[in-house]
Amino acid sequence: MRTAFAETAVELLDEDPLAAVVLAEISADMFAAAAARHPGRVLNVGIREQLMVSVGGGLALAGLRPILHSYAPFLVERAFEQVKLDLAHQGLPAVLVSSGASYDAARAGRTHQAPEDVALMDTVPGFAVHVPGHPAEVPGLLRAAVAALGSGGSAGSSSYIRLSAQANATAMPVSRSLRVVRPGSRAVVVAVGPLLDPVLSAVAGLDVAVAYAATVRPFDRAGLRALAAASGTVVLAEPYLAGTSALAVAEAMGGMPYRLLALGVPRRELRRYGTPADHARMHGLDPAGIRRSVTGFLGSVLGRRGAAVRSVGWPVPVAGDAACVPVRAGAVTCQGRDTLRPPRGRGVTFASHNDLRAPVAQPDRAAAF
Amino acid sequence: MRGAVSGGTLAFMRTYAGLPALMTLLTGDEKHGPSATSTLDVLWVLYDQVLRISPDRLDDPRRDRFLLSKGHGPAAYYAVLAAKGFFPESWLPGFGSAGSRLGYHPDRALVPGVEISSGSLGHGLPLGVGLAHGLLARGLVVPRVFVLVGDAELDEGSNDEAIVYAGAVGLPNLTVIAVDNRSSRYGFGPGGIEAHFAVGGWSATRVDGRDHGALAAALRVTSAGAGSAAGGPQLVVASVEGKG
Repeated sequence: MRTAFAETAVELLDEDPLAAVVLAEISADMFAAAAARHPGRVLNVGIREQLMVSVGGGLALAGLRPILHSYAPFLVERAFEQVKLDLAHQGLPAVLVSSGASYDAARAGRTHQAPEDVALMDTVPGFAVHVPGHPAEVPGLLRAAVAALGSGGSAGSSSYIRLSAQANATAMPVSRSLRVVRPGSRAVVVAVGPLLDPVLSAVAGLDVAVAYAATVRPFDRAGLRALAAASGTVVLAEPYLAGTSALAVAEAMGGMPYRLLALGVPRRELRRYGTPADHARMHGLDPAGIRRSVTGFLGSVLGRRGAAVRSVGWPVPVAGDAACVPVRAGAVTCQGRDTLRPPRGRGVTFASHNDLRAPVAQPDRAAAF
Repeated sequence: MRGAVSGGTLAFMRTYAGLPALMTLLTGDEKHGPSATSTLDVLWVLYDQVLRISPDRLDDPRRDRFLLSKGHGPAAYYAVLAAKGFFPESWLPGFGSAGSRLGYHPDRALVPGVEISSGSLGHGLPLGVGLAHGLLARGLVVPRVFVLVGDAELDEGSNDEAIVYAGAVGLPNLTVIAVDNRSSRYGFGPGGIEAHFAVGGWSATRVDGRDHGALAAALRVTSAGAGSAAGGPQLVVASVEGKG
């Protein structure tokens, strides 16, 4: 996706004399040739993310159409007040493009992971949020986002485009609406961006509809309301912080009783390295984990407690869940079978070395148990 | 309010000597008094003698840009803007009230002539760097970008990102005015604020922040005209009395 982004951004620089790209070292090599052609409109400010965002605001103040790009934690989290004030509060539109989504950098550790990015951007008024699921979806989303910036300092609108190294096998048409990928009656599963393929694998044989979303802000409230009206049962499968779109679902379903299972990256830190596939499994976002959660959820809402209207967040304590959940004071259960005692004293205790099914208990976490 | 002011009084209020009277019209709990007045002379000289801007060309791409980064204590700023006709004096009473466009920190969406909303420190200079870049990228080489910061505001690290970068790439259309009332907690060491900007192509001068002639002379000098900085950005430190 990052290559598709850079190629399209370079095309825009060549086509549009008001387009500009601001970088903070990350991906600078992909813009070297364009910088030679357009030295005033391709700026690399060095490892200075606050400045990168503010310079973007200043360029917009001069009537340019700025595209800002860095790694997600540095673009969104490190410079968040600049996003809030120097873009949104000033009324200066820009396109923010991050790479390194959620656990793309599983080996790099927590410093390079920002699954909270969409939740943070959701607090900034006026930002559209796009989560492409395939590299071929990126050019259309980027072009539309830059066009939405307006021209000559007029009040356009901003966008956040979240690129990931995870991708579906095939691209979907670019649309701001939910797109039904397969029909079903018991629930509608909203699969966001690169979670579409894992969701489709997970729900094979289940009577649930799957709808794809690459644009999550604005959320297609009318589309969801229409799709979920009959079942009143919604599953969100978001590749970032679990529950990020729960409010959007509540607004979409306003006035209607509904049940929600919100799948995504949990708040707890894994403190594990590994591959994105390892992290997907540990977060319960691989096909097997999603299937466990969805079948458990459908069983609980349609089984003996089927009459109850309730909203369920992560972690969902269902049998076989990949998450560790407390079962009683002093014990947790992981995947329904590994019971750990919290470690005593200082330091990290590896309950089962290299056993990725048993996340590491932490002293500070143990205190909460 | 406007109708209560006679023509002669209005004319007086639009001079430097009338600014205190305009500031007294700003009612409410204005809690940043000392810093408001630290900028009074710099602001007056800028709007009276330096900036190529007027209320009838607010959207002119060729206008100079003035960015008040130190947005707290804006009484002097509002008074000068009112004196220069950017908005009527009748806006001044009610400062900070729900019905007023004038708050404790200025909002560009609410006040004509205000180029940036400010209040949180350390945003104006980085925005100014982007603005200076953007004007040059559009071929607008004449307009200058002035950013007013306080010396204590330079405590914010975002300024350092902007100072090093602007000095390295060279932005001849950028001028920083640092109003120095020695309120930075730990100060700047023997070299003063100027040492803080002694990177890349910055040039620096220090003047008496109450001396209109000296301020005007320093602020009218363009980087190219000065020939001192080979196209780099400029720092003008305006010394004023200490805060305490």
